[in-house]
Amino acid sequence: MDNAKPVIEIENLSFTYSTADKPALKNISLTIYEGEYVALLGLNGAGKTTLQLCLNAVIPNMIVGEKEGTVKTMGMDTEEYPPRELAKVIGLVFDNPEFQLSQMSVAEEIALGLENLGVPTEEMHKIIKDSLEAVGLSGMELRSPFELSGGQQQRLSIASALAMQPHILVMDEPTSNVDPIGKEEVFAVAAKLNKENKITVIMAEHEVEVMAAYADRIIVMNDGEVVFNGTPVEVFSNVELLEKIGLRVPQVTELAHLLKEKHNIKLADQYPVTIDQAEKILKQRL
Amino acid sequence: MADAIIVCEDLWHVYPGDILALQEANLKINAGEIVGVIGQNGSGKTTLVKHFNGLLKPTRGKVRIKGKDTNGMRIQQLARDVGYVFQNPNHQLFARTVEAELEFGPRNLGVSEEEIVERREKAIEFFKLQELRLLHPYRIGFPLRKLVGMASIYTMRPAVFILDEPTTGQDNVTTRTVYRLIRQLRDEGATVVCVAHDMILLAEVVDRMVVLRDARIIADAKPKEVFSNRELMQSTHLVPPQVAELSLRLMTAGKFPGIELNVSDMVAGLAGRLGK
Repeated sequence: MDNAKPVIEIENLSFTYSTADKPALKNISLTIYEGEYVALLGLNGAGKTTLQLCLNAVIPNMIVGEKEGTVKTMGMDTEEYPPRELAKVIGLVFDNPEFQLSQMSVAEEIALGLENLGVPTEEMHKIIKDSLEAVGLSGMELRSPFELSGGQQQRLSIASALAMQPHILVMDEPTSNVDPIGKEEVFAVAAKLNKENKITVIMAEHEVEVMAAYADRIIVMNDGEVVFNGTPVEVFSNVELLEKIGLRVPQVTELAHLLKEKHNIKLADQYPVTIDQAEKILKQRL
Repeated sequence: MADAIIVCEDLWHVYPGDILALQEANLKINAGEIVGVIGQNGSGKTTLVKHFNGLLKPTRGKVRIKGKDTNGMRIQQLARDVGYVFQNPNHQLFARTVEAELEFGPRNLGVSEEEIVERREKAIEFFKLQELRLLHPYRIGFPLRKLVGMASIYTMRPAVFILDEPTTGQDNVTTRTVYRLIRQLRDEGATVVCVAHDMILLAEVVDRMVVLRDARIIADAKPKEVFSNRELMQSTHLVPPQVAELSLRLMTAGKFPGIELNVSDMVAGLAGRLGK
């Protein structure tokens, strides 16, 4: 990533909620580059959501606590720029779509953020149309958000974020409240936006198999700290260390690890992390 | 069969507005089984299981719990036999402390005070809630709050537990705890019905899978059989766990004898073949 432009620069970030007695984030330093697809893994309570809220300046502007260190999003220091300003470059999508949907129609839902920015009406229509097209909800403008399926609602949340034409899309367990079809839809849309529109995706997820297939980089958090940061192969190869902090690795990685540890059988130089990699190696070996 | 605890015979359910949610459902669940009920949202799975504790009554057909027709039975009567653990514990918890939450169900069933205390203590031990007993359920994080939801049904000692998405949105540690608890409930003699999208739960914990699509039961078989059925998996948009998919691909290529559902079985199967 030598030539890539940093979009998120975090230096020595610590944060303690005013209601808590111990820090939620401890001395995190991290750079994320333009166009990356980054997966954030960690147990509930590891600090994933807190970190995400620091990226769009909700922390420290709207949530009170003690913050140290700096966070720059697209070069803007979150101490100096309010969430309203940062909303133009970074969009957040939460785990439960119902929490962020409030309007009578799909179109109004998307218009909400644009109105706050003072976008002219004609331009707004075009943005709404384009955003819905990007997430596969074309023609749904007049539907009520609450009539949509879980997967559609979550794609609408993504469309609302996209309408602001952000460089970065941050998603907090976006599939934890949708059924398997909905999951496929949400993952596919995120991957498409990343590949085709070059939007940087930062996604917190528990589905390690899916993240191994999609993400360029995996960041693992534990107890407020970043404990692993690397490619899926680099990170998931630490099978036992990840297990120690309660995380699992993709099943094919665990398989390769157990073959090596228990049976002294080395499948390949690197552990497979996706099913296609494992299939290819095993077809050659069997 | 003598030990069938839940029987559905030609069960139909139509919601107001002529919405057909379930048709021609025939199903027998035996005492001590762990059964997974799967299907997309809207396929009829929640409608099906809500008939087991009388939250819904058949529009047509019959549901028998322990041999008794649920028609004419009240929810309170059925609650002694069938406990329903909601997906969202907030829909279920309302007492001021975990202890009070655990006592509420059995007290409502008229259990003696002495036994209520006994059941409460057993539940605290079973679900490892020792440090939470005096906390308000809403002061507890979501993963543990879900366990409190399960525990508050456990104190009612139902013969059947219905768990609605017990692992959805949970991290790996809590997910593993829930798997262990489901097996322990069965070891204590309970029947467990899990409505779930968690494919690892279905592959590693349940004995049998009931698959619904478009208001019908389209499959009722052991997990190995369901996960091996490509057409069924695709038509229901269900993705088998990675090892199941890998073993199937290798089997199709003539390189592996059959489907495996968990990593250790697959490792054992591969070790012999790769060692040669």
